[in-house]
Amino acid sequence: MQDTKLIIDEKEYMVNSELTVIQALEDIGIEIPRFCFHEKLSIAGNCRMCLIEVVGAPKPAASCHLGVRDLRPGPNGEPPKINTKSQVAKKAQKGAMEFLLANHPLDCPICDQGGECDLQDQAMKYGTDKTRFSENKRAVENKDIGPLVKTVMTRCIHCTRCVRFSTEVAGVSELGATGRGEDMEITTYLEKAMDSELQGNVIDLCPVGALTSKPYEFKARSWELTKTESIDVMDGLGANIRIDSKGSEVMRILPRFNDDINEEWISDKARFIWDGLKAQRLDRPYIRINNKLREVSWSEAIDAVIEKVNETAPQKIGCISGDMSTAEEMYSMKKLMDNIGSGNYDCRQDSSKLSIDYGRASYIFNPTVNGIEEADGIVIIGSNPRIESPVLNARIRKRWLTGNLKVSLIGEESDLTYPYNFIGNNPNLINDAKKIGLDGCKKIIWLVGESVISRDDGLPILSKVVEHALNSGSISDDWNGLSILHTAASRVAGLDIGFVPSVDSLSAGDMSNGGETDLLFLLGADEIEISKGTYVVYVGSHGDIGANRADIILPGSCYTEKNGFYVNTEGRLQEINRAVFPPGKAKDDWSILKLISDKLNKPLDFIDIHSLRKIMFHDCPNLLSFQLVDDQYHVNLKKLASTKGVILDNSLDIKIKDFYMTNPIARASKVMANCSIQKSKKQ
Amino acid sequence: MKKINYFFKGFFLIEFVAAFILAMKYFFRPKATINYPFEKGALSPRFRGEHALRRYPNGEERCIGCKLCEAVCPAQAITIEVGPRHDDGTRRTTRYDIDMVKCIYCGYCQEACPVDAIVEGPNFEFATETREELFYDKAKLLSNGDRWEHAISKNIEKDSSYR
Repeated sequence: MQDTKLIIDEKEYMVNSELTVIQALEDIGIEIPRFCFHEKLSIAGNCRMCLIEVVGAPKPAASCHLGVRDLRPGPNGEPPKINTKSQVAKKAQKGAMEFLLANHPLDCPICDQGGECDLQDQAMKYGTDKTRFSENKRAVENKDIGPLVKTVMTRCIHCTRCVRFSTEVAGVSELGATGRGEDMEITTYLEKAMDSELQGNVIDLCPVGALTSKPYEFKARSWELTKTESIDVMDGLGANIRIDSKGSEVMRILPRFNDDINEEWISDKARFIWDGLKAQRLDRPYIRINNKLREVSWSEAIDAVIEKVNETAPQKIGCISGDMSTAEEMYSMKKLMDNIGSGNYDCRQDSSKLSIDYGRASYIFNPTVNGIEEADGIVIIGSNPRIESPVLNARIRKRWLTGNLKVSLIGEESDLTYPYNFIGNNPNLINDAKKIGLDGCKKIIWLVGESVISRDDGLPILSKVVEHALNSGSISDDWNGLSILHTAASRVAGLDIGFVPSVDSLSAGDMSNGGETDLLFLLGADEIEISKGTYVVYVGSHGDIGANRADIILPGSCYTEKNGFYVNTEGRLQEINRAVFPPGKAKDDWSILKLISDKLNKPLDFIDIHSLRKIMFHDCPNLLSFQLVDDQYHVNLKKLASTKGVILDNSLDIKIKDFYMTNPIARASKVMANCSIQKSKKQ
Repeated sequence: MKKINYFFKGFFLIEFVAAFILAMKYFFRPKATINYPFEKGALSPRFRGEHALRRYPNGEERCIGCKLCEAVCPAQAITIEVGPRHDDGTRRTTRYDIDMVKCIYCGYCQEACPVDAIVEGPNFEFATETREELFYDKAKLLSNGDRWEHAISKNIEKDSSYR
């Protein structure tokens, strides 16, 4: 809404009066240097770098906390005049820069921020080339704030972005500043490690090299990294990430801006997982002979699989897909199983009760992540969004900070970084609508966690929730409050594809119990115990629980090593891109399945990933139906609400016990292990 | 007239004598050639010869692994890997390779170096029998530095007033 006229650098512009001057200038393409100002954080105004000249004002003003509305018109009613490149403004900026550099060490060559440092860049453009400061520079002791963030506090310029982030976004008031003037220090007060699942973001926020990534310490320079845009698969949110790789190695993972999903934050698991991509990798096929895994060639391994498939009755063959499979893999696996003649495939290794029978709206996060900001009531049922999806939790907190949000929780009590009304830890409490206490709320989010749905009484609880949602009017034409928070990145795509058994076929639980299946394919399924007696073929990337149990191992690739699609918990289709190649002899998972199908003489009808995608999107239009409202969803959800069942009386426990150890990559990661130890020490 | 001139030059062997005088002049002048392996020409302090990695007087290696030389190298002859050193955690190279076959001796690496660690020393006699010997690693470069430190530091000092 460009509603106010300003004269900027002798030219007239129309700007939005709701913005601050720095934002308005950015909108029209004028760059103002800044360190402390950040769009997603509150305004501090303490770096003084964004000084500009306001004509008529006695001194330069900091444009970051000067609202456009605060500007006064000239004496004859002409529009307010500001200058960003005048002598006054330039001198002020130069002066601020000189003060910042007075105490900043000249250690750019050994600083990890070198090459991508705001201070370095802005000093080049707005600074002077000489110093007039001949006294001793200030030195500050480094703080130990945990295994993820390395501190070199001498470099700190006290912008307090990290302090504001941890109190406002992460919701843990652990960082703060002590002392005044030259003695000011950023610290965790008691020299303790930070306790947040989002602490890695302070590394990106820090405009200098005071807070840098500990695992990435001295590993690479920003200019030698190849940047690949991708999607995070550590949780169901599908945060947008950028994978920085050098040669055949992933060096680090950074967030990518996407205001619809993760804004600009990612969880620590997403950010620091990369060392797990290099450890415990399956890089060649194996066959178990005499209870020992023996290395074999691809052709031997595939032949062994074919032999096994041929000698097993189709209805005794099953497949379980894991939490990090792409849509392409699951689709080719489903087609392969169809070709073999078996309907035993399941993408719900945690025996989740979500079903495709009640339409897409019954298994996704319908209000969308952006919708959280419109909601006025949230009921959390058996979920801990803080560990199941920290970035989504930060969004709920952001909503809570703006006020008028009622949050109720049924389930395990824990610190969610915002206050909530604790109702109790018993699923039967859902029956009592009064206790939930969200009367008067118009847009309620019914946030149901994976831990609830994977219970034996998951479906009755879900149907009760839907019933309440329908009764309270939170499922209407313009608002669908039913929100399933998935923890598995691949789950929604699996359901969209229909990677679930039909009525007369076996579910994941049945298949793992043994006796029912003789041959079981695990497509990266690592969170499920397979009982003895079943012959297991494991297709996956890491030597974890699944590979340990496997009789044949076919090495696949990780999410950084393949192209593919994921559907996040909102039902949004997103693409991952290959940053590096899989190690050794490992292949793309879908091509392994294609190979098996060809050898079986039951070939899948595609030749490359493009034709695979074409067929997949044709077969499964649900994948593409983000925010397309299905006109049947009322009927379907009413059908779901009318299913009756007994709700058990035991407490709702969160399935994820350790945030840092939820998948095979995380379990292979040393950094995650350190975090996990740190966390358990604290408790 | 032309003919007379021609006859005169030929009869008195003028050109022959002039050439003889020139030859004699050079014969008695000091020699321009030198007896190479035993004698060597003068080198400028800015001469860009074989690379060396220098140390501080206390023996600590200068290179901090900032990778500026690697970034600036137009021939991409330098390969560096960096990591924290085991004993004190300071930033050091774990690998510093120069492919002397690729190197074009432009001297950008020593210009870029913030700590005067990589320098192109005065040595130009490093021909080898095999190609592989010209792939220098960190140990080779450091030993070059130790061997040539005296000459290198003198050259840097001589050149310092122009910088």
